[in-house]
Amino acid sequence: MGKRKLLEIKDLTVKFFTEDGTVNAVERVSFDIEKEETLGVVGESGCGKSVTALSVMRLLPSPPAKITSGKILFEGEDLLSKSEAEMRRIRGNLISMVFQEPMTSLNPVFTIGHQISEAIVLHQKLSKKEARERAIEMLRLVGIPNPEKRYWEYPHQLSGGMRQRVMIAMALSCSPKLLIADEPTTALDVTIQAQILDLIERLKEKVGMSVLMITHDLGVIAEMAKRVVVMYAGQVVEESPCEDIFENPLHPYTAGLLKSIPKLEGKKSRLHVIEGNVPNPLNFPSGCRFHPRCFEAKKICGEKMPSLVEVEGNRKVRCFMRGSFPEEVLAIERAGRN
Amino acid sequence: MKEQVVIEVQDLVKWYPVKVGILQKVAGYVKAVDGVSFSIKRSETLGLVGESGCGKTTTARCMLRLTEPTKGRIFFEGKDIMKFDRESMRKLRPRMQVIFQDPYSSLNPRLTVKEIIGEALTFHGIARGRELEDRVGELLKMVGLSPQHIKRFPHEFSGGQRQRIGIARALATNPDLIVCDEPVSALDVSIQSQILNLLEDLQERLGVSYLFIAHGLNVVKHISHRVGVMYLGKLVEIADSEEIYKNPLHPYTQALISAIPIPDPKRKREKILLEGDVPSPINPPEGCRFWTRCRYVMDICRHEEPELLESAPGHKVACHLYKC
Repeated sequence: MGKRKLLEIKDLTVKFFTEDGTVNAVERVSFDIEKEETLGVVGESGCGKSVTALSVMRLLPSPPAKITSGKILFEGEDLLSKSEAEMRRIRGNLISMVFQEPMTSLNPVFTIGHQISEAIVLHQKLSKKEARERAIEMLRLVGIPNPEKRYWEYPHQLSGGMRQRVMIAMALSCSPKLLIADEPTTALDVTIQAQILDLIERLKEKVGMSVLMITHDLGVIAEMAKRVVVMYAGQVVEESPCEDIFENPLHPYTAGLLKSIPKLEGKKSRLHVIEGNVPNPLNFPSGCRFHPRCFEAKKICGEKMPSLVEVEGNRKVRCFMRGSFPEEVLAIERAGRN
Repeated sequence: MKEQVVIEVQDLVKWYPVKVGILQKVAGYVKAVDGVSFSIKRSETLGLVGESGCGKTTTARCMLRLTEPTKGRIFFEGKDIMKFDRESMRKLRPRMQVIFQDPYSSLNPRLTVKEIIGEALTFHGIARGRELEDRVGELLKMVGLSPQHIKRFPHEFSGGQRQRIGIARALATNPDLIVCDEPVSALDVSIQSQILNLLEDLQERLGVSYLFIAHGLNVVKHISHRVGVMYLGKLVEIADSEEIYKNPLHPYTQALISAIPIPDPKRKREKILLEGDVPSPINPPEGCRFWTRCRYVMDICRHEEPELLESAPGHKVACHLYKC
């Protein structure tokens, strides 16, 4: 059983020590990814999804960021105890990342061919010529027409969709075991988004890698992921198999999020609204972090922080009103009234 | 009685010259908008969708004459505003407003909320002093903010709240038409629905018309009465929003709709994947502009440009497949 797990994040806590105070960007986040699985992480801006991903890559700027506790096990080995030199051998080789902005994540002064072969020469110990052949093969694989010619072009000569393909080609050039895709299609148009998602899906099957898909778009999650982790204000609030989360969301936040997306089908009705704003990470609300916006909130929600508990069907939820909590909650509520 | 048309655009064209060399010789034109016609009725929302660079924003800017169109006619309540001089345009401006995409860069960080919202009122001599303050307070209430926020600066608000300030600013002069240029794209999902509901409520209350530009097709479908689809500076299809999503005719519209990821893992749809990228608007393909990526391409498409013709009542499409 345990052998199937590729990446395990255990109780990860990341803090940013800034002039304005301590930002609890990620708090005790745990989840794992199995081999050849696509795990989706959804959440709104500032919920800590990107910080979690950057922690896995050990790419957080420190200071101000500091991983204060937790473990990140990749094939059983703790990435957090690795030296910088060891990490460099892992990054781009075993774990690769695709970023949101294809415009800014390529170096404008080098040809795309140079940038792809750089990683190959470094990690695969191939000669320059072999690396070039491999890079061209990768460009062909991601569907770039005329790869021999494109190899010598600069990023500005490519469109947004093409640049994202180049990023994917680069990320996959060393056949990583894990691909972290942080909002890979957010900056792209829908038709290009469909192409890129299709590409990731096909390549995943071909090279047999796992994908950590970070996005705020529940539609993308529905199409790609097998399991979903929902984050809110630095914490995991729900973890469920993809089908369950859309059919029967457990956490009120997940439910609210799903209801607030305009639907394509059916009669037009008024949109559901989650009142209020995403909380400021410098100053999270007490108790359950979602309680000021939750329509089901009881007294206890503002006082105590619910923990992430396992419920039936391989699901986890952080809410007093779900799972095995209600008994305990009612008792405290009763006590509070007396 | 016929429903009142607020604005009508006929054959709008905007070409930007591409200049080369030290003599700045004109080498060609970026055909940003190339013959677009539509009209918007009172209390109606017309959605405009299309991929980046297809000319949605340029169309809107030309319609407001913020960018001078190369050619075309624009009628505001029946009057040809292309013939208006500066002074008449200035008088007309309060009746047409804009809400922008980025709530962070569209509000001047050095002005207070009162100055931001009240600027147009002062400029057009609509209100001042005590009256201005009352009006700004009223507008803030209308968009769901507290009138006490009147002296605050934009940085004290969240993204969603800033967008509400942007909406209040657009409403200040009681406009008949508001161009909403991607008003929710920069916002979080849970905030988007708040703003969409607000825009709908305001339309019901004030009878304002919207030209709603977005690339999020589900958002456009939700808010619009009619939807126009643009591709490379052309309007390729326009119909009622229910109709266009249920029965898209143009192959591009079909691909666009099938590409939207649906938040339901059980519904695996057959996706129409378009090959390649959008061609350059400097040198668009001859004939139908979509033929290079179209799955139904025929001989005629390569040299003859299809006209936007009515295929069913209220449903217009520019495609050779539907010419009978």
